[in-house]
Amino acid sequence: MYHVLSVLVENKPGVLSRVTGLISRRGFNIESLSVGPTEDPTLSRVTAIVVADDVAYEQITKQLHKLISVHKITDLTNDNAIDRELVLYKVNAAAERRNEIIEIANIFRAKIVDVGRNSLTIEATGDATKLKGLEDLLRAYGIKETVRTGTIAMSRSSKD
Amino acid sequence: MSEPRTEVKRTAAAVGAPRGAGSKTPKQGKTMLGAEAVIASLEAEGVDTVFGYPGGQAIKLYDALYDSQQINHILARHEQGAVHMADGYARSTGKPGVAIVTSGPGATNTVTGIATAYMDSVPLVVITGQVPRAVIGTDSFQESDIVGITMPVVKHSFLLQSTDELTRTIREAFHIAVTGRPGPVLIDVPSDLAGATMVFEYPDEVNLPSYKPTYRGNAKQIRAACKLIEASKRPLLYVGGGVVSSDASAELEALSNLMQIPVVTTLMGKGGVAASHPLNLGAVGMHGAKYSNLAMTECDLLIACGARFSDRVTGRLSEFAPFAQVIHIDIDPAEIGKVREAQVPIVGDLKGVLAGMVDQLQKDGARPADSEWLERIGKWRERYPFYHPNVGDASDEIVPEVVLKRLSEKLDPRSSVVTTEVGQHQMWAHQFIDREVGRSFLSSGGLGTMGFGFPAAIGAAVANPEKTVVCIAGDGSFQMNSQEMATAAINDVNVKVLILDNRCLGMVHQWQKLFYDKRYSQTLLEPVPDFVKLAEAYGWQGRRIENPAEVDEALDEMLAAKGPYLLDVAISREQNVYPMVAPGAALDDVMGAIDVAVGAVRTDMPAGAQQPPTVSPCAQLDAQFGGRWEFNPDDVGQRMDRKLAEAAGLAQKTGPEVAAEGGDE
Repeated sequence: MYHVLSVLVENKPGVLSRVTGLISRRGFNIESLSVGPTEDPTLSRVTAIVVADDVAYEQITKQLHKLISVHKITDLTNDNAIDRELVLYKVNAAAERRNEIIEIANIFRAKIVDVGRNSLTIEATGDATKLKGLEDLLRAYGIKETVRTGTIAMSRSSKD
Repeated sequence: MSEPRTEVKRTAAAVGAPRGAGSKTPKQGKTMLGAEAVIASLEAEGVDTVFGYPGGQAIKLYDALYDSQQINHILARHEQGAVHMADGYARSTGKPGVAIVTSGPGATNTVTGIATAYMDSVPLVVITGQVPRAVIGTDSFQESDIVGITMPVVKHSFLLQSTDELTRTIREAFHIAVTGRPGPVLIDVPSDLAGATMVFEYPDEVNLPSYKPTYRGNAKQIRAACKLIEASKRPLLYVGGGVVSSDASAELEALSNLMQIPVVTTLMGKGGVAASHPLNLGAVGMHGAKYSNLAMTECDLLIACGARFSDRVTGRLSEFAPFAQVIHIDIDPAEIGKVREAQVPIVGDLKGVLAGMVDQLQKDGARPADSEWLERIGKWRERYPFYHPNVGDASDEIVPEVVLKRLSEKLDPRSSVVTTEVGQHQMWAHQFIDREVGRSFLSSGGLGTMGFGFPAAIGAAVANPEKTVVCIAGDGSFQMNSQEMATAAINDVNVKVLILDNRCLGMVHQWQKLFYDKRYSQTLLEPVPDFVKLAEAYGWQGRRIENPAEVDEALDEMLAAKGPYLLDVAISREQNVYPMVAPGAALDDVMGAIDVAVGAVRTDMPAGAQQPPTVSPCAQLDAQFGGRWEFNPDDVGQRMDRKLAEAAGLAQKTGPEVAAEGGDE
């Protein structure tokens, strides 16, 4: 089961290592990880995706809560959250196929950020479904390299 | 029975407050070096004893310590020993233990000690010297990333970055170590900060917004728990180390008395309930009493109090307490539901929660369940004793169970502390050393650290000079930290070491005998050093006994001796710890329990067991087990089918519908 964990931690050296070390020590792989400071400079936010069943996930979050450096843990797996990732794709693009690729990128509101003699580099942001759709189409041309930032997520504002 | 209401409020702030003068020491406001501020901080925390070992990057700390009037330093002979001593000090007093060591190897040598304390939730503050900040990360001489190395085994750790945060860091370290679920905290002090000038301002309060342990149990959950207790026919209290940490013995006994609930204790919970308490069944688990294990299996309500469902207690999890609903009380929410789902989870301090339950039950006018459950347990208890004289018939060998039973009888349980190493002797001590109060039995339960017991005994003896401190050891374990004999001798620490000397690594040897076809790979320790000569070399008194007739008098001599004393007791290598639940077997699937209903012999032997030869009882038993394992070499741990065994009359039926009496073998 796929879980998006948003962990608010002290912005101090070694804290990321405590968080990731704890998750991996209990036998779970971190699928995706992204870290950055928050509106409060003393705090950082770690967004991690882990695959674990519900019992194991509960144990991971309880153990994370025990870390003195962890302030708050939010589960952003559900529909009430916005999740985004930024990806760079370097795609094979001979001169005669460039336009096709640019068209696909436009449909996905992705940007061409670099052009080479035989390749295009595309910058795309979005949630996992959208990026997978783009990637599936680009694969037909041959993806030479992919770099992803890791998912970040935020809960949606209340609607009323 | 004492009334449970002792303290009104226990909160993190109350429990974690400085035990010393805090900000009101004469050093407050003075300008001093960082190292002096570390020592002044320890004084402000009320620290009276520090265990440690100096070195290059700790030299400034030791220089500052030289002037301390308040702090007594015990120089160990190895950093691991120093941390175990601090651990023994902490376990025997409830105060945080403090160790100071140097960087690099000094720091890495503390890892086992820290991990031991972490697994058993012991409050420690370990201060390590570190290379100067400017050279951290350059592989400089005696540099090790001790914060990184110890990360999985500390409750929290600090790498000191500035003298501005020095006193606050130490205050937080002590607060974190002793509050909530206690644990070890490490502070890494770069030596340039130890040499920097600063103004000493010690804070009394801590401000840790992310650390707020829950002390008060939820009132609704407490009521729900009481409902379950009132409805239960076969309740059982399963008591772990939390009862000792929380000082909740009186509350626990009050609950047990009020509702007539029997109690089983883990190794860590030993002493938390008085051995003399009529409802205390004592040891449970792999080498627990058969009656305790049967009670665990048959109960319909399990009240886990500061216990964590260790695999050494539960046996095969799928068959653990199959009829029971579970109330789980723990201050650490992560323990609840980790191993066994709890119907009523209660996060909080055991002392307050149990007092709340007693109050609620009294308010409800609750009455104990009928006596059927206690009568059944009583019958099991009479029938399956740990030891019976008939089983130890004519033998010219010293029987370890008898030695420890005699020792237990000779010790005043209120003015003695017993520590153990790890192995067979530890389990025999668990079975035969009776304890009446908490903090009087110190053993490495979680990590199972050989080499823990002896230095821990030194720590306990330093903390409790008026008490008799005995370390029960094996010849293997004792050799792991025997260098601390020097520490005991030089500091004239009144510690007694009783070695149950079987010239092998007894517990592994036993497993090899039972599960590995008697292939004794690397467990035979001969030639073992002459422990008496070793004792003399360190300026100890020592004696070796090999004859059962000498036991009584030798124990008396040991206990009467002034100063450190080593008693080396020769026992047979063939002695095994029984009863035993094979690893991976169900908890009620007990091998080798004595059954007085069939003439006080050890029972529950598998099909094909040979008629035992007329030698010592344990050798008989081994012959029986040997037959079993040779009978089916592929059988590496699973017991025979329970139903087939019952049908063949080879096992007692233990189902709830079957009466417990009658020898059907």
